[in-house]
Amino acid sequence: MSRRLPLAAKIAAFVLFAVFLALLPNWISDVRAQQFAYVGIFFIAILGLNIVTGYCGQISLGHGAFMAVGGYTSAILISGGPKAVAGFPEGSTYLNLWPDFLEGGVKDLYTIPIAGLVAGIAGLAFGLPALRLPGLYLALATFGVAVATPQVIRYFDGVSGGTAGIQLFGSPELTGATANKVDLPGRTVTFNEWLYHLTWAIALVLLAVAWIVLSTRFGRALRAVRDSEVAAASSGISLARYKTLAFGLSAFYAGIAGSLYAIANTFVNPETYRADLSLALVIGAAVAGLGWLSGLVVGALFVYFLENVASLDFLPSGLESALKNPGVPDMVYGVVLILVMLLLPYGVGGGLARLFRPLTNRLYTRSS
Amino acid sequence: MADFLQQVVSGLASGGIFASLALALVLIYRATGIINFAQGELAMLSTFVSWELIDRGLQFWPAFFLTLAISFAGGVAIERVVIRPVEDKPVITGVIVTLGLLVFCNGFAFWVWGGDVKNYPSGFSTRTIDVGGVAISIQDLGVIAVTLVAVGVLYAFFQLTKTGLGMRASALNPSASRLVGVRVGWMLALGWGFAAALGAVSGMLVAPTVLLDPNMMRPVLLYALAAAVLGGLTSPLGAVVGGLTLGVALNLLTAYADVPTALRLPAALGLILVVLLVRPAGLFGKLAVRRV
Repeated sequence: MSRRLPLAAKIAAFVLFAVFLALLPNWISDVRAQQFAYVGIFFIAILGLNIVTGYCGQISLGHGAFMAVGGYTSAILISGGPKAVAGFPEGSTYLNLWPDFLEGGVKDLYTIPIAGLVAGIAGLAFGLPALRLPGLYLALATFGVAVATPQVIRYFDGVSGGTAGIQLFGSPELTGATANKVDLPGRTVTFNEWLYHLTWAIALVLLAVAWIVLSTRFGRALRAVRDSEVAAASSGISLARYKTLAFGLSAFYAGIAGSLYAIANTFVNPETYRADLSLALVIGAAVAGLGWLSGLVVGALFVYFLENVASLDFLPSGLESALKNPGVPDMVYGVVLILVMLLLPYGVGGGLARLFRPLTNRLYTRSS
Repeated sequence: MADFLQQVVSGLASGGIFASLALALVLIYRATGIINFAQGELAMLSTFVSWELIDRGLQFWPAFFLTLAISFAGGVAIERVVIRPVEDKPVITGVIVTLGLLVFCNGFAFWVWGGDVKNYPSGFSTRTIDVGGVAISIQDLGVIAVTLVAVGVLYAFFQLTKTGLGMRASALNPSASRLVGVRVGWMLALGWGFAAALGAVSGMLVAPTVLLDPNMMRPVLLYALAAAVLGGLTSPLGAVVGGLTLGVALNLLTAYADVPTALRLPAALGLILVVLLVRPAGLFGKLAVRRV
């Protein structure tokens, strides 16, 4: 659908969306701004997942793990490395490997792109074995990554702080969390509002990047791989290469999201990046509509608010307390995911797009 | 030496549990091309059902067989209700549906039974018996025996009955089977039923050792996936051999190579990656050759 709009209309919609997001904090409370900052983080991660799942047709069940790579990269750099991590065994070799100039910690903003790059490289490395084959092997291998991640993090407690994780609150390189105010040029905002603007500024840039990248030859190649691997291969597209590149790019997005997640939480620990996080991202991407960039906000909102039932205070109290029962949000997730797959295979975004399309188009489009 | 044999036997016991879940995965993968990521959570639900039955006063073995029947019916019902509509859609859609099932089952168990860890009775005594100087626990022997019986019954069913033949035929070539009068849709549903029952076996066997809680099958599912990949995703024999091999290997690694238990899950993941790099078809599987 969005591909049928003229370019100018698309750009106008993007600018309107950006202006709306920039003004939104004026109308909502500080807590709500924080919640929407988290929505932005999920938005980035789901955007990344959508590149590999929606456009390239490969399911990754391990994007939570790449968020963990990004989050831990940022947390370790901000905190100043192994020496600062609690529970670090004295005299370990990690100490000597860690360069001196990083010991004072790195400014949180600078760690975000580094976290993305590290996660992206991890994604490329992981994609090499998992994406050589057609079919579901990526899903299979990444499921393993999702389940094993917390254990791996706990095991390498020398750099990760083990079960306790790494506490960033109070760290001098973390902007504003401790004082709860951030000086921007012209005005001073709360930590939550700063977080909101930071997250969505990055999210919009990454959205534009994804949009541009996916409309080039690269994006067309990915869609060809998704629609028919045989046809794509016969047109000279190297399946393994494009799948691996898409996976690396999407891991880069997950790394950025993970880094922002660490900054927003002001801590990282193994429980932050459980298998459920990876599943939540898949659910968000599927609900948003695989292969549609426009519906992603819906997916991010859905995932964030269902993950954090405490934030559902705007719902009628009966519904809110029902959702607060243990297990109920997961049941809702499951039912919604299955229903979306059965009824709206293009997700909510795609469903709306189909609705607004001329009626005759619906006669000729087959849901597949 | 006695110690070594003991490790092997207890490895075979946990391997048998991996093998039954791996076999369940392979059954569904062969028939539909879907990897059923909900297989572990379905097994967990079955185990909770059996726990409920025992809690209401049933003996272990009646509860065991009743649970198998309930799981079988449940598996068939799930195929009919949520899998059938996506059968003609791309495989990725089916896989996402199984993820929905996974999350739903997990939430459902939390909702009904809570997240507390529960003790689960074993059908076997935990005593050990002495076999030529090697102390082997009856529990381990029982688990191995139950797994072998389950696999044997299934094998006999597939080889000796007409329905079994129909199921093999529809996995191999659905359209040709349909032409000769096999009801392919129902064969797939039966496959889901058998897979759910096999999963239930693995859940009820593993619960006494790992204790019963809604997340108990996550690691077991990863081991089962690794076992299935090792044996070849398309090979039932491979799933069994892969499961037993993985069980013994993990036990020996922990006992003799000083691999900490914390690295058992990552080891299973590593195994998946190594198999994909070295021999993607697994030990017994065949890679599909596609005509362009």
